[in-house]
Amino acid sequence: MNVNLAAAPTTFDMLHLGLAILAALFFVLFLVKQRSSGNVVVKENIAAAPDAVKPIVEPPKPIQLKEATPDAALQLLTLLQQEARFIDFTQEDLAGYSDADIGAAARVVHEGSKKALETYFTLAAVREEDEESRITLPIGFNASEVRLTGNVVGEAPFTGSLIHKGWKVTDIRLPKLADGHDTSIVAPAEVEL
Amino acid sequence: MMDSVSAGQGARFSVGIDLGTTHCVLSYLDLDKAAENPTTEPELTIMSIPQLSQPGLIEEQKQLPSFIYRPHESELNESDIALPWNARPDEIVGSIARSLGSKTPIRLVASAKSWLCHSGVDRHADFLPAGSSDEVSKISPLTATFEYLDHLRAAWEYQFPESPLDQQEVTITIPASFDPAARELTAEAASALGLDHLTLLEEPQAAVYNWIHACGDAWREQVNVGDIILVVDVGGGTTDLSLVAVTEEEGNLTLNRVAVGDHILLGGDNMDLALAYRVKAKLAEQGKELQPWQIQAITHACRDAKEQLLLDNDTESMPITVPSRGSKLLGNTLRTELTRAEVHETLVEGFFPQVGVSDHPRAARRSALTQKGLPYAQDPAVSRHLAAFLSRQVDAANDVLGAAPVDDMPFDPLAGAFGAPQTPDFIKPTAILFNGGVLKAPTLANRTLSIINQWLTDAGSEPARLLADTDLDLAVASGASYYGYVRQGQGVRIRGGLASTYYVGIESSMPAIPGMEPPLEALCIAPFGMEEGTETAASRAEFGLVVGEPVRFRFFGSNTRRHDEAGVQLDHWQEGELEELPELQATLSIDASGSANGRRKGEVVPVRLMSKVTEVGTLKLEAIAVTNADSHDEAERWQIELDVRD
Repeated sequence: MNVNLAAAPTTFDMLHLGLAILAALFFVLFLVKQRSSGNVVVKENIAAAPDAVKPIVEPPKPIQLKEATPDAALQLLTLLQQEARFIDFTQEDLAGYSDADIGAAARVVHEGSKKALETYFTLAAVREEDEESRITLPIGFNASEVRLTGNVVGEAPFTGSLIHKGWKVTDIRLPKLADGHDTSIVAPAEVEL
Repeated sequence: MMDSVSAGQGARFSVGIDLGTTHCVLSYLDLDKAAENPTTEPELTIMSIPQLSQPGLIEEQKQLPSFIYRPHESELNESDIALPWNARPDEIVGSIARSLGSKTPIRLVASAKSWLCHSGVDRHADFLPAGSSDEVSKISPLTATFEYLDHLRAAWEYQFPESPLDQQEVTITIPASFDPAARELTAEAASALGLDHLTLLEEPQAAVYNWIHACGDAWREQVNVGDIILVVDVGGGTTDLSLVAVTEEEGNLTLNRVAVGDHILLGGDNMDLALAYRVKAKLAEQGKELQPWQIQAITHACRDAKEQLLLDNDTESMPITVPSRGSKLLGNTLRTELTRAEVHETLVEGFFPQVGVSDHPRAARRSALTQKGLPYAQDPAVSRHLAAFLSRQVDAANDVLGAAPVDDMPFDPLAGAFGAPQTPDFIKPTAILFNGGVLKAPTLANRTLSIINQWLTDAGSEPARLLADTDLDLAVASGASYYGYVRQGQGVRIRGGLASTYYVGIESSMPAIPGMEPPLEALCIAPFGMEEGTETAASRAEFGLVVGEPVRFRFFGSNTRRHDEAGVQLDHWQEGELEELPELQATLSIDASGSANGRRKGEVVPVRLMSKVTEVGTLKLEAIAVTNADSHDEAERWQIELDVRD
């Protein structure tokens, strides 16, 4: 597949902006899920790993997976639609629109998503160092915070270059839901009289 | 009266409520904790107020937007308006009301506070949302005020179930320019909630208290005896001005609030709207006509863009985008931009023009008695209102600081009366304290400071210095809760008392001349600076009240005549010195409380008038029956109503 990076026009940025927002959303959803159920899974896996090396063969222990409640995810969709017109934007067919049109819409999505994220989450980088700098991970580093890739051999401490500084949510201030509120309506139809 | 002072004891918290035109804020201070560590400055906390942000979603925010939405019966599901403390609230208050109301303005109650001090309407009458069709059920400005307080009370008791609000030391702030009737109505709304340990505090004073708290003991180093602090408070809906003089008493610095300005309905909302109309005009030039909903969206976008463009940075323009209302976003999104130059021209030059101190607002001051709408300020220039205030209050600090150093001409109280051309003179503030969300913008704050300093330099005085304060939109609530602590005897207290002198009009008895009103005299019934918990002696002048029939009095206030004692009768005064307030009404019911002698309907009872200022901070006027010298009966008293209901 040929990708001519030199030909990348400024308009490409608008598209990327949209895609980046999409990526950010899924990342946030991922983090939210991770907080509720992910941690348990990771811990179980770590605990299970040394067991596997031992000669005594125990049958693998099944774990009870938590069912993620859809309410939180639906609520986040509602907020992003409300603030950033997120669903409207992703449901559109971009073909046939000029980059100026897409850019104008991307601004709505970007400004709104930023506002929503700032309102409902406190985000912090996992690693404070500059990206592309060399960092060393001590023994016992948190494997769910830092993911090793590439030539993963040897023992900790590991030294490598920081590709992505990572994000973590340090505080969540999602609105509370009234009992009986139908979260599946992420945007009500609007009728002007 | 003594009960209300001591009743605050046993309160665990001092609670300050900023009951703003556009937002309410609640701050509290733990008195028990403060008593344990009397040496450290007590900590103030802004309470997060749970409120609906949209149907079914409850969010905690530091500000409660002062809006009520009155939905159609089929508009919202019952489960979508539930609050944590009430599954079926009577009224929809806060963020959700504002956002629903932006699309259905006919059902939105807004600016209830401005209506509360609008003397041309019956403030007990149900007429809000103003101007909507009869099908929309209405509430009164008083009820709206009650609802905002009730939401705050419920939120408080949800967080502190052990400490009901009516057992705490509660301070509610009001504009310094509120007239006695508006103060009384605010107190009435609070007492309907059972808040009896209540104090009313003027907003600019609350800002000063917040500044004192923020400085700690260091505030004494920042001001000196003889300083005059000008408090400029430009909020969402109103502009409020006050002067505080610094004096010394037994070696301690004392603060005296010596003057307050008129009620000016001019604030941040006007500025956002001005920007929106500017953008609208720009789009109209490009041949794009806007729908009303688009103007609303532009106003919102301008508010955010303005904040960026008023910072000291090098952002030259901010995009303004208005998405379509439908689900199709692409191709229908309106895009334009707001430039720094436009913001500067519209806001800085439009609202804060560089004018001379003799340049006063163009239109006449509010004469509110005939208007049906809100009496918005005719002149948008804050700097002209400021110039007018400083000029009017030229002598304000003479009583506490001694007369100002004599300039080129000796002080002559009658000079103005003979129309002698005077060089424009004005009171010269030495320090300035800003408050209100608008002045959070550094460009506007700096501009205001430089205008005032220009006036001072031109007059040969030292420029005023700025007293630094933070969180200008939360400062009033914080200052109010700190005041509740100060009232218990700690820290410095600002002396205030009545900010105006009050008079009743007496029509002189002379033969009627066609085409000429009988000359009016004014009897002073409450002097300037009258303090909480004091009362005046009954006037010498007697009035005849007819039993069983309402008798009306014309009522006047003056915030410049500060030497008239109670009982003084004026037969002339200068143009603009006395401002007419809504009339008063006294009705002698046939069986007045405590009356021993039965009176007949239609009988004329001679009475004298007296006034007192309650501990809460409201003015009460009473009519006292003139008793015979040999009578040992307690004189009969009747309350005079400040807010006359038609």
